[in-house]
Amino acid sequence: MKTAVRVWELEKRYGSTLALDGLDFSIGSGELFGFIGPDGAGKTSLFRILTTLLLPDRGGAAVLGMDVVRDLREVRKVIGYMPGRFSLYQDLSVKENLSFFATVFGTTVAENYELVRDIYGQIEPYRDRLAGKLSGGMKQKLALSCALIHRPGILILDEPTTGVDAVSRREFWDMLQRLRDEGLTILVSTPYMDEASRCDRVALMQSGRILGMDSPAAIAASFPKPLYKLRAGDMYRLYGALREFPATASVYRFGQDLHLTAGQGMIPDQDLLPYLQAQGLDDVVVAPCTPGIEDCFMELLSENQNQHDARR
Amino acid sequence: MKRFIGFVLKEFRHILRDRRTMLILFGLPVAQLIIFGYVVTNELRDISVAVVDLSRDEATAAITDKVFSSGYFILDAWYPATVDVEALFRQGDIKQVIVFGEDFAGRLQRGETADVQLLADASDANTANLVVNYTSGIIYSYLESRGAQGSMPTALVPLSHMEFNPSLMGVFMFVPGTMALILMLVSAMMTSISIAREKELGTMETLLASPLKPLQIILGKVAPYVALSIINAITIILLGYFVFGVPVKGSVVLLLAECTLFIMLALSLGIFISTISTSQQMAMFISMFALMLPTLLLSGFIFPIENMPAILQWLSYVMPPRWFIVVIKNIMIKGTGFAYVWKETLVMAGMMTLFIVLSLKNFKIRLA
Repeated sequence: MKTAVRVWELEKRYGSTLALDGLDFSIGSGELFGFIGPDGAGKTSLFRILTTLLLPDRGGAAVLGMDVVRDLREVRKVIGYMPGRFSLYQDLSVKENLSFFATVFGTTVAENYELVRDIYGQIEPYRDRLAGKLSGGMKQKLALSCALIHRPGILILDEPTTGVDAVSRREFWDMLQRLRDEGLTILVSTPYMDEASRCDRVALMQSGRILGMDSPAAIAASFPKPLYKLRAGDMYRLYGALREFPATASVYRFGQDLHLTAGQGMIPDQDLLPYLQAQGLDDVVVAPCTPGIEDCFMELLSENQNQHDARR
Repeated sequence: MKRFIGFVLKEFRHILRDRRTMLILFGLPVAQLIIFGYVVTNELRDISVAVVDLSRDEATAAITDKVFSSGYFILDAWYPATVDVEALFRQGDIKQVIVFGEDFAGRLQRGETADVQLLADASDANTANLVVNYTSGIIYSYLESRGAQGSMPTALVPLSHMEFNPSLMGVFMFVPGTMALILMLVSAMMTSISIAREKELGTMETLLASPLKPLQIILGKVAPYVALSIINAITIILLGYFVFGVPVKGSVVLLLAECTLFIMLALSLGIFISTISTSQQMAMFISMFALMLPTLLLSGFIFPIENMPAILQWLSYVMPPRWFIVVIKNIMIKGTGFAYVWKETLVMAGMMTLFIVLSLKNFKIRLA
């Protein structure tokens, strides 16, 4: 598989804060690749380096074989970039925005209409509306159309689904998967872990480091410990009791349930339930649970935190 | 080139769609010129004056007549006997009291000294000065007309002529000044704000990540304002000519060329400001403090440079409008040619080059 993005020993500092802490990875051509992590994980800094907007302090990166520092002009010609903030002209209409970005890249809307028909087609009925008056989902579709209109060799989208409703998010990911199917390399960042399953591969990021990087299925399969989901009438007391339980490795809220990872050899019926009953919790429902990507991320986070603490 | 045209087109759309921008661009020049032309003026008109005439003869009557037919003064009160002048002033309306001594005509006739006293309300010093000067001028001219008698109280009468602006119209000064102010404001402030806006709204990030070159971005931003500013300059000249009668004695082509140079200087300054500011507000404040106030105060527009303390005089040398106002006055009012303004032109061209170089050095091709 050809390499679309290569990053080596990449470091970025803001003053004394280390935003990117020695990243090393490569992304294959045609992959839909997700960077997942909380705010401040370094996703935006990484994307801005890849789009030539920031200079790395150490190490480097190449996009489609071109160095992001040395070959600045060439890189800017082939990338389609959608910044995290909505950055189209709010006082221009939908159509005007699209044709402006087409002109900037030396092409026309007519020439590349095929490329954006799927996406732009959905907002075309509103083509004379000012971009500032669009809904969040429509804004993102317009921004994606503008990033695509010049037939980019790679698409780099910084948190495109943040602040967008659930239906629009799903539609947006459908569009990305269609584009991937046509062979386009796509890098997406997102704080939403449930979006990880839509990617071919994901990297879990925190504090400027990549904690894990694989296909969503492989990451989920790599979960090292037994996982249980629990529910009770009094979730708050249940949470407190589990934190005190000696075999608990970690416990965290997961939607309506609590997810508990426990050391090997813990048998819920023998060890856990009697303990909880002794605490006055007799309506607890326990079931084994298949780990999802979010569980893995929580696990990786806590491991990382432990290592971090140990190093101190 | 297509890219550039597309960019300029976009810029025009931004301007035409923003009502506030349009108002500043076209409402402000007209409003300002009319305010300065009609309201803020240092000419005298309809000043209230009281007369105390102790001799009441044909000479005092003639002088009184002459004073009040000049249009500068209106007769507020006339007293045949001494009054409390201070009390008159305290009432507020009366700015000057003319007192004629006893037997005015008789003394003149005999070649003795005739007494006339001018008292002015100096709570507004400038006006008081002007009022007294105008009045004494009128009295002298009356005496001169009687001159045949050879009994002039003053043997020497200076003959003055106000070259280029014989009637001392304030608007002659205000048109060049307003032009400098407006062009500075429109060109520098508007461009700096519009570039800063792209930074603030994040659109600069998209522009930077595109194949547009920095020079294309800057020129694309500036081009519409060049056009609009030239339209503005022409509007001001036409308004001055048709509404206030300010002549254009010199070459119109040279005048427009100098205006264009000044516009480009102001624009390059605006670009420079935008490269050092990160938000629209910051750009606006810098423009206000760095451009507006100095243009008003230090360019010689309102206060004569010659009267300033030495430090401020030196400071005025780096104020672009200072040079522009000299050029404009020379061309419009004195009707001189390029030979008389080449030095100022050179200074402006130099300043423009400096700002362009600084801006290009400062313009970031990346975000940080």
